[in-house]
Amino acid sequence: MFRRFLQHRLAVVSLCVLIALVLLAYVGSALWQYDFGEITPDNSQPPSLAHPFGTDSVGKDQFAQVLRGTQISLQIAVLVALFSTLIGTVWGSVAGYFGGLTDTILMRISDLVLTLPLLAVAAMLAQNFGGSWWLISLVIAGLYWAYVSRVSRGVVLSLREKEFIEAAKALGASDLRIIFRHLVPNALGSIIVNATILVAIAILLETSLSYLGFGVRPPDTSLGILVSEAQTALTTRPWLFYFPGLFIIVIALTINFIGDGLRDALDPQQTRVRQ
Amino acid sequence: MTTTPDAPAAAPPVLSVRNLVKHFPVRSRGLVRRQVGVVHAVCGVSFDLAERETLGLVGESGSGKSTTARALLNLQPATSGEVFYRGRELTRLSRGEMRALRRDLQIVFQDPYASLDPRLPVNEIVAEPLRIHGLYGDEGRTVVRDLLRTVGLKPEHGNRYPHEFSGGQRQRIGIARALALRPKVLVLDEPVSALDVSIQAGVLNLLDELQDELGLSYLFVSHDLSVVRHIADRIAVMYLGRIVETGTAEQLFASAAHPYTQALISAIPLPDPRKERARERITVVGDMPSPVNPPSGCRFRTRCPKFADELTEAERQVCVDDNPALVDRGQGHPAACHYAESRTLL
Amino acid sequence: MTPAGTGAEDVLGAGSMNGSAPPDGTVLEVEGLTVGFPSDEGLVRAVRGVSYTLRGGEVLGIVGESGSGKSVTSLAVMGLLPGNAQVTGSVRFRGQELVGASDATMTKIRGRRVAMIFQDPMTSLNPVYTVGFQIAETLLAHHDMTKAAALDRAAELLDTVRIPNARARLDSYPHELSGGMRQRVVIAIAMANDPDVIIADEPTTALDVTVQAQIMDALDVARRATGAAMVLITHDLGVIAGQADRVMVMYAGKPVESGTAEDIFYTPRMPYTLGLLGSLPRLDRASARLTPIPGAPPSVVNMPPGCPFSPRCPIAQPVCDETEPELTPTTSAEHTAACHFSAELAGREAHELFETTVSDADALAEFVRETEDQSS
Repeated sequence: MFRRFLQHRLAVVSLCVLIALVLLAYVGSALWQYDFGEITPDNSQPPSLAHPFGTDSVGKDQFAQVLRGTQISLQIAVLVALFSTLIGTVWGSVAGYFGGLTDTILMRISDLVLTLPLLAVAAMLAQNFGGSWWLISLVIAGLYWAYVSRVSRGVVLSLREKEFIEAAKALGASDLRIIFRHLVPNALGSIIVNATILVAIAILLETSLSYLGFGVRPPDTSLGILVSEAQTALTTRPWLFYFPGLFIIVIALTINFIGDGLRDALDPQQTRVRQ
Repeated sequence: MTTTPDAPAAAPPVLSVRNLVKHFPVRSRGLVRRQVGVVHAVCGVSFDLAERETLGLVGESGSGKSTTARALLNLQPATSGEVFYRGRELTRLSRGEMRALRRDLQIVFQDPYASLDPRLPVNEIVAEPLRIHGLYGDEGRTVVRDLLRTVGLKPEHGNRYPHEFSGGQRQRIGIARALALRPKVLVLDEPVSALDVSIQAGVLNLLDELQDELGLSYLFVSHDLSVVRHIADRIAVMYLGRIVETGTAEQLFASAAHPYTQALISAIPLPDPRKERARERITVVGDMPSPVNPPSGCRFRTRCPKFADELTEAERQVCVDDNPALVDRGQGHPAACHYAESRTLL
Repeated sequence: MTPAGTGAEDVLGAGSMNGSAPPDGTVLEVEGLTVGFPSDEGLVRAVRGVSYTLRGGEVLGIVGESGSGKSVTSLAVMGLLPGNAQVTGSVRFRGQELVGASDATMTKIRGRRVAMIFQDPMTSLNPVYTVGFQIAETLLAHHDMTKAAALDRAAELLDTVRIPNARARLDSYPHELSGGMRQRVVIAIAMANDPDVIIADEPTTALDVTVQAQIMDALDVARRATGAAMVLITHDLGVIAGQADRVMVMYAGKPVESGTAEDIFYTPRMPYTLGLLGSLPRLDRASARLTPIPGAPPSVVNMPPGCPFSPRCPIAQPVCDETEPELTPTTSAEHTAACHFSAELAGREAHELFETTVSDADALAEFVRETEDQSS
């Protein structure tokens, strides 16, 4: 499987870029001469050797800010993807595999969650409990698992009817063995692709929340805050906008490509590898 | 349905099915899924399977033949009736008790593409039954190798995935998996229907050879009467959930007694132009009625050429009122027709 | 099989673009037809040179297993292949060339002069219109008649293909009918414009045998009522035996044997045909051993030179891997086979040539020994 992943060139490049980005965000920010909250004497500087991404109007170093923002945004994204995938997959798989009343009850609950206006509820919850990055993540995950549960239920429902599941039953396999040896590996591709889409969604959602003022609170920062703060200065200090924006795009894209690569690597029927 | 076809041998049958019934509820859609009807898929099927014998279960789609096979293996719980394997009743066993018996009762599925887990290499697919029953041990690898060789596959291809094999090869993998536990009874659910004829012959010959060597009993479920004639010792013909005629292959083809069996034999074209163009035919009209609402009395009467053309009004009333029992009415083998009459059609 | 020289016919074909039939009653002439589909692995050569002539009123059976190119051949004849297909060769309907013909020309011929019946009736029926509407629509497209007259004719047609209560059935939607009924409706639509040729591609494969027999009867009725010639494509040798006047056996995109039904079934001269017949379980006689053909058909991408059947052939010689044999006359001029050694097949039975044992006895014995303790 690992070898097949390595054949997926775009995914491998993406993985390298992402690792570099993570290292830069954590190790790089520790080594960088400015702290993200530190106010330097230079304000409104365009990119230079001392300030590679320039500085903002109060003199904060934008490079340090972007690195800090990347940390927070990545943490939120990973936590959201992890939690909602975990809860959503278990929820949906149980509903799909056992069916009947279990299915009806579980899916009505997740339908209910799906009907909540996401941004409004997230904003409300975040305002009352929010501020820290992990609370924001839990709020987003608490609403998004329902969407994942729908998808994973669909996958399990179609797999459950496959003859190889019946074959496993005929051989005397237990429910647990059927779920973990046959159902999960076959559903993994869709689950992973979903999780990677969630990462991108979480980053964008955090951006919206921060933009509306319900996300991470200053003095701490995130890529979303940086972009929203910079929009007033788009014409005068464009560097403030483009660098965090670029980071958002790079993170979302690389994670999607890695997801594609993983899905193909997990599927032995995928013989042709996209170059 | 009190009479059951007797196995030819005096030895007790390996598998006995008595009055097997399987109904599926038809539910309305929506939140409260009320039951609005019943699919009468299998309605009182009884038969015996002797050691080293092949019983062919033949019928068209909707006849209940596959449901019978699944119900007797407890893959779908039977609504009522009994299944005895070597004297033990299966339908009331717990899952744990049934699990142990699954070693002796195995199944090969119709679709060689859907019945193998696409994410497992072939070695693992064939080893799966051994692992489930804790029999893999030190010899497991060798057993899998020999099984693959037995069914005509190269053991060095064992680490390939199912999609890298042709349909015929995949069906052989399915057979190898079913054999791994050394079962006594193999249920074959349309095992060659998805295959081209030149490939199908290889699988049929393989099944023949395996039966001799391993002493297997086969329940061969198929819609194809030619295939069943080739492989089966005895044949039971099903129509709308009931067995309508049963007998040895010779009896059935030399003197079919039920109008449905006669129509079925007539409908299958012979690959022989002179014979095919000179045949006498019994034809039926229309399609099989829905098993949700089967006809009263004899279920075949709505399409029966005898009912339509030969019977008097009084005779017809019997067909409408009474379900004909599956008994020998002088034809030498049982047929579920009030007016059974042997015909030679080949 | 092709009368006169091909050169003379080309002249005739070119000169008769307006649709006068060649003098010998030939309605459809296919010559050197090839179809390729580009793919990532290379050109998929689905059809590698098919030639046949169909005379008025006769039934030509095309038989072959999956992947033999039998269906693609007919789709090419009808001009129904997807745009990326590369078609060469010639298809002439009553002398008019169809390969490369404009859409307008094809539309005039399809449905009107050449009708097609597919395996799945739902591919030709529109689920949102009634059966009566769809038959009437076909009639109105090619004839000048009133709607009421068209519906009358539609009811007549349904009655011809033995649909009970034909009049009432006009108002049914396709989904309200059984598979067999739908296929009859398709046959009725095919008959509607009194075609010269009906191409039936596996018309009964999806149906139960008792219904299959009814549909074959309906097809027979349709053919007699219209006087159309038929190309019957199927994998079922039994259906071919009952229906076809002449038979073409296809393998790996090419005809490998061709002749009358009797030639093919009683004196096959191609090892593949012989093996195919030997691999059929028979309803009319007690079991003899079947003769499976070892291996699988070759991939039609990047095919090696030589006879495509040679890797599976029991009488293959080195020459078979070098030169691909052409169809050559055997027992008669009409009975042709593509085999270097077809003469050697005279009087041979399938089981004399093909191995019948498929399992590995040594491996089986080993397996039995290893699992003895479990089986007790």
